[in-house]
Amino acid sequence: MYRYFLAKIGQSVLLLFGVIVLVFFMVRLTGDPASLMMSRNASPEQMEAFRERMGFNRPVYVQFADFFTGALVGDFGNSLHFKSPALPLVLERLPATVQLAVVGLLIAMFIGIPLGLLGGFQPGSAIDSIGRGLALLGQSIPNFWLALIMILFFAVRLGWFPSFGRDRWDSVIMPAFVLGLPTLGQLVRLTRSAVLEIRSADFIRTAYSKGLEPRVIYAKHVFRNVAIPLVSVIGVQFGYMLGGSIYIESIFAWPGMGQLLEQAIGWRDFPLVQAIAVFTSVVVLALNIFTDLAYAIIDPRIRYGS
Amino acid sequence: MVARETTADSLLDVEQTWADRLAYWGRFWWRDRGGVLGMLMFLVVVFSAIFSPAISPYDPLQQNLRDSKMPPAWYEEGRWDHPFGTDNLGRDIFSRIVYGTRVSLTVGFFGVLIAGMLGLVMGAIAGYIGGRVDSIIMGVVNLVLSLPYLLFVVFIAAVLGRSLINVILIFGITDSPIFARVTRGEVLRLRESGFVESAVSAGATWPRIIFDHILPNLIGPLITLATFEMSRMIFYEAGLGFLGLSVPPTVPSWGNMLAAGRKYLTSSPWIATFPGLAIMFTSLGMNLLGDWLRDVLDPRLRRTRK
Repeated sequence: MYRYFLAKIGQSVLLLFGVIVLVFFMVRLTGDPASLMMSRNASPEQMEAFRERMGFNRPVYVQFADFFTGALVGDFGNSLHFKSPALPLVLERLPATVQLAVVGLLIAMFIGIPLGLLGGFQPGSAIDSIGRGLALLGQSIPNFWLALIMILFFAVRLGWFPSFGRDRWDSVIMPAFVLGLPTLGQLVRLTRSAVLEIRSADFIRTAYSKGLEPRVIYAKHVFRNVAIPLVSVIGVQFGYMLGGSIYIESIFAWPGMGQLLEQAIGWRDFPLVQAIAVFTSVVVLALNIFTDLAYAIIDPRIRYGS
Repeated sequence: MVARETTADSLLDVEQTWADRLAYWGRFWWRDRGGVLGMLMFLVVVFSAIFSPAISPYDPLQQNLRDSKMPPAWYEEGRWDHPFGTDNLGRDIFSRIVYGTRVSLTVGFFGVLIAGMLGLVMGAIAGYIGGRVDSIIMGVVNLVLSLPYLLFVVFIAAVLGRSLINVILIFGITDSPIFARVTRGEVLRLRESGFVESAVSAGATWPRIIFDHILPNLIGPLITLATFEMSRMIFYEAGLGFLGLSVPPTVPSWGNMLAAGRKYLTSSPWIATFPGLAIMFTSLGMNLLGDWLRDVLDPRLRRTRK
């Protein structure tokens, strides 16, 4: 168990190292980071001064060592737009993004799992068709478009929800629903197929043949086994929501990290983009470790396996 | 004995009427209705891309400010010569949707082609050679797969700038790890399988094993994966376009159209509505097709049907 987690944490540290390398070289893909970050009509003198200030005129390995040691202590340099350290600006936006992702995940779970369970118990029924249709739609509707359409109908036409911002308690509902819809669909599919598979397993037949009540069978045997695949998917999806809310945050003017990313790209503020990329990756990697932990707690096969 | 003969004879005697044939084909289509529908939807998109000039009534770039923001034909102020209306510059939305299939399919097709080839090579090497090579390749694959995908795609696109080639390369490279992972898993499974073992013991050379025994068995799962990934790329391309990070703004693409329509959401909602519907149509068709292909090509993953 401990060995398993030490190995996982070791892997994550390696991944983090990879992320920092990647993020360092990504702004150098075009060869000249200065021309990437400066406006096109900057004079050669301004460019030279910028290179000097950012240290882009030093050898690459010196720049990398500098960036790497900085990244380890959370120093990504100053944001070009705000002229202040980049990481605190990102951290400031974290609560909004987390709130959006948590509410989105809750919506997806509270609708998706029951629909999947009902569909799995009664395949072919009306509720099963609804669930599967919703799953297919969740997979196929572009979320940036759905966000626009929802604003048009529920905010502009009907006036039920605010169309942007984070000032009211119900501001979160529309963006969270849009963010959660693909996950909702996945949960329906996964829960349904897990129920179908477990229902026909030998141990369920044994439970029936020894005369257990169906209620007990579902509670003790089916649900527990359905929970195992769900945990890992929920973990992965939560990470995806934290890092994938850029469209939704920018459309709903939700003041989270995704909106900051969109703004930073518009400002060509790449130190800030780098900080967002590394920080979000750290959060997602940490989440993966927690998911594995939860997985091992639920599923003894992993705890005791090699 | 006599009875059996008469039955066989009468069976042979019965002439298949058109109604019988219809019923037979009807049953056939009904069983695979999802796949058939998906295939038809996909063919519509492919057809539009190939015959764009013949289908679209206008040049997709032709501006006509006098007729700008004209609503779709079924509105009171709409006209049938612009069935889906016109955008803010008076360009015909229907023609632009039709031409938009070209960008989407080009990105999807070449993106998947590059990702598939890179992934196939990486996965086959990792799976067949194993050992240290395997751990290095899979280390890189796991790094990329554990990152917040959308964030990094947006990041690279912002660095490289807007062009069709860049978008194809970004998707082709960032998506290859998924193909590598699936290929490796399949190769590992096939290498241990009875028929490869017997081919080895019969003295088959390794190119023969790879080309005759392993590759043909890889095609099924890879085609299924390619369908889903192509749908995902079309989706993400539109998303990048929406953020202004895909093909240049002058190119008629669904993402660019959405980005333009967003500004006129409340006054002229149809500008953003139709490209979104087009993305959804394509995505839905490809997901249906992918689900069906998975059932047909990979018996191990066959969906539980009732």
